Amino acid sequence: MKDARVIELEEVAIRFSGDSGDGMQLTGTLFSDATALLGNDISTFPDYPSEIRAPQGTVGGVSGFQVQFGHKQVNTPGDFAHVLIAMNPAAIKANATFMKPGGTIIYDSDLFTEKNLKKANFETDDPFAECNLEDYFKIPVPISSLTKESLKDFGLDNKSVLRSKNMFALGMVCWMFNRPLEYIEEFISTKFAKKPIVVESNIKVLHDGFNYGYTMQHMTPSYIVHPANIENGTYRNVNGNDSTAWGLLAAAEKAGLELFIGSYPITPATDILYALAARKDLGVKSFQAEDEIAGITSAIGAAFAGDLAVTTTSGPGLALKSEAIGLAVMAELPLVIVNVQRGGPSTGLPTKTEQSDLLQALYGRNGESPVVVLAASTPSDCFWYAYKAAKIALERMVPVILLTDGFLGNGTEPWKIPSMAELPSITPRIAKNAEAFKAYKRDEETLAREWAFPGMKGFEHRIGGLEKNVSGTVSHDPENHHINSEIREGKVQRVVDMVPDIELCGDGDGDVLVVGWGGTYGHMVSAVRELREEGKNVSLVHFNYIKPLPGNTREIFSKFKNIIVCELNLGQFASYLRNELPEFTYHQNNKLKGLPFTVNELKQGVYKLLED
Amino acid sequence: MTDIKYTVKDFKSENEVRWCPGCGDYAIMNAIQRTMAGMGVAREKFAVISGIGCSSRFPYYMSTFGFHTIHGRAAAVASGVKLANPDLNVWVISGDGDSMAIGGNHFIHLIRRNIDINLVLFNNRIYGLTKGQYSPTSERGFKTKTSPFGTVEDPFVPGQLVIGARGSFFARSIDGNMKMSQSVFEAAAAHKGASVVEVLQNCVIYNHGIHAQITDPAHRADRQLYLEHGKPMLFGHENEKGLVFEKARLKVAKIGENGITEEDILVHDAFEQDPTLHMALINMQLPDMPVAFGVIRSVPTLVYDTEMVAQIDEIQGSRKVTCVDELLNSGNTWEVTGNEPLVSDCPQTEFK
Repeated sequence: MKDARVIELEEVAIRFSGDSGDGMQLTGTLFSDATALLGNDISTFPDYPSEIRAPQGTVGGVSGFQVQFGHKQVNTPGDFAHVLIAMNPAAIKANATFMKPGGTIIYDSDLFTEKNLKKANFETDDPFAECNLEDYFKIPVPISSLTKESLKDFGLDNKSVLRSKNMFALGMVCWMFNRPLEYIEEFISTKFAKKPIVVESNIKVLHDGFNYGYTMQHMTPSYIVHPANIENGTYRNVNGNDSTAWGLLAAAEKAGLELFIGSYPITPATDILYALAARKDLGVKSFQAEDEIAGITSAIGAAFAGDLAVTTTSGPGLALKSEAIGLAVMAELPLVIVNVQRGGPSTGLPTKTEQSDLLQALYGRNGESPVVVLAASTPSDCFWYAYKAAKIALERMVPVILLTDGFLGNGTEPWKIPSMAELPSITPRIAKNAEAFKAYKRDEETLAREWAFPGMKGFEHRIGGLEKNVSGTVSHDPENHHINSEIREGKVQRVVDMVPDIELCGDGDGDVLVVGWGGTYGHMVSAVRELREEGKNVSLVHFNYIKPLPGNTREIFSKFKNIIVCELNLGQFASYLRNELPEFTYHQNNKLKGLPFTVNELKQGVYKLLED
Repeated sequence: MTDIKYTVKDFKSENEVRWCPGCGDYAIMNAIQRTMAGMGVAREKFAVISGIGCSSRFPYYMSTFGFHTIHGRAAAVASGVKLANPDLNVWVISGDGDSMAIGGNHFIHLIRRNIDINLVLFNNRIYGLTKGQYSPTSERGFKTKTSPFGTVEDPFVPGQLVIGARGSFFARSIDGNMKMSQSVFEAAAAHKGASVVEVLQNCVIYNHGIHAQITDPAHRADRQLYLEHGKPMLFGHENEKGLVFEKARLKVAKIGENGITEEDILVHDAFEQDPTLHMALINMQLPDMPVAFGVIRSVPTLVYDTEMVAQIDEIQGSRKVTCVDELLNSGNTWEVTGNEPLVSDCPQTEFK
């Protein structure tokens, strides 16, 4: 027997891929969690179809989960996979373009039948040649039949048996990457605690997969990726939707308020509603509304009545909420609106990521209707920006839109858990003096009004969507409307004093400033790092505060010869910047494929700019 | 509670009331203010929420907390108000356009959930604020500027929607009959759950006299049946007529004719869970039948806000996670120790 091939890597990306019913998301998640527990930094990217169960074996039904883990900081799930686990021929077809040259493909050889090849629209019996994958390291494993063999004494029906084949693949991959199985065993034991046979059978298959890798080591390479040098502390894995929910919970606790969420299910934002609905132990009032409009209007009602009120949605839902956002602007109530962006317009690409709701968030309402707009940039910092959104809303009596996206919402990364004590204070503007209270009397500095809600004796007042004077009486006075329109805009602009100066990655001046915002951060920072390692004079600014922009934006922009704005739309942030800071020229790098940038795409954009 | 003494004046705001002279809204507001003054509830506990329409200006004329929201959404806003603070006494003021058209969805779901809110539906069967277009409660063939040749659609009967949405409370009144209005508002306020009161309201400008057939003083004894729980369904100048149930239908019977005595007349049971008879009463219309008023349905059933609070209390009673710190540290966590402090080329940013 030959010695096992052991490959030492700085970072490695693995893609699990199969039918949407094959359990690939769970397989990928379990592998990622086990990997993070070992001390590697990770970044994950689930890529799945919008159909729950698309026709079996077709390319449209392929569900993928990519994880990259490494010895150093990992900012992206990887442009290309070193290893692909393909549960059927369709998975080969769907993922061929995401493979790193010379990578390894492990596939379930039982399923590479003529019928399945046809279902995946292969024309010959050599799918690898058709996809230009001849030079790859291919490992055929009869996963289905080995799983059947493994479970032959369990008395399970064929369907139940085959449901475990993802565990065989997972076991094998764990062997390849030296992952211990304990965490996965524990997960299976807890999840199926009430079904001992499911626990037993899955763990058996998992081990058989692991052992198969061991036994077949003459043909499967084994990889070593050393733990990453990350900051000391307590960590957990978190996805963007959960961390958004937890950031809102943290804000409510800090502010001493109850949390109300009024939402309607929509992909990919629903997980935030799940995460908050589960927290009755922390007193969350979760209201699954009859539609998007009732989601936000119930939240507006809760804000009027003194709760920290939030509504969560994705693009089409934000469109439906537009009129109500205007009401929150006019009534000057604290409200957090989370938009987990997806591909649009209309129903668009529900499960795919995009950044094309920026202008909708900024401008998509009738009248002059300014709101604060923030954008989170990694799965874990969704926590912080959700927290900050609530802080701004409560301290400035203004609706805040937080933009995340499908990539952040579903992606995961290890997160150093903060403590509540280290989070900044939140002081809601609750009115105290009934004698002096007027509905629209403002703080001179911030222009924020005071918050008085039903139940507070002596503060009875009326607000609403009609224009008002200071005391809250309906006013059609032309001067009053003009002044109030400026005040509402000014109030949002003055939030700049809560916005930290933006920090550069790289040098303070140079040839190219790469500009990004929101969920592209991981890819942007990786691209700029690599460009700098290549000796290019390139720096990055990545925006989390969209409106208002950080106070030093102009100064930073002025130090660079070229500015290139990279975003997953046709140039919305660039057009906003042209409006806000018109003295600069903005180049663009745009992508609208429902997928994150690759590091390579970002680098190509900069190369092109440097050539011109 | 008992030491709170208010008069109607305590519920009037300083704002000038701007409904048209002769508008039915004045009397409805007066009846609501009287009701509130007599409830023994502190004024700051009232929240009056409205949508858009003539009636929706209502909160501005009240001295309570008030929120004039957007078209159709008052029921949803009010739901949030009540759930944020179940201790509040929440009223929704709405019209046939606001609740039956643009806000139809919120209307039925408020009722289905049975949130403890009182919704007053001003039904004048016309859009008044936008100057006289037909509404979802306008009769088929009704001519307006948007239906110059008459509509080709049938109207909603609001009470049918309430029953269809499994409503626990429905009452009907007439703007001009303040005594009746006040008594049904009191019943609505006392009812735990979503209470809907339809008030037949007269728009003096765009639909004057639309309810005149019903409200005409000369005929009202014959055309209105005022229902009271536990009392026989009698009407007429001398209470000489009553309702009987015959061949699965309501029918008007005359006492003394065909051997009918008061014993044979149906007795109103507003608390009956089975909505069959309530629906039949809601459906009654001129000329063959009188129109039903008063509390038609008032059944005790589970209330959303009470259940929500009970569920939170129950879960908190045996909770493992009591604060956010505990939540963040629950589940799979791991310690990283012994690493050198990191120096990053990308600070990013204020908190990470």
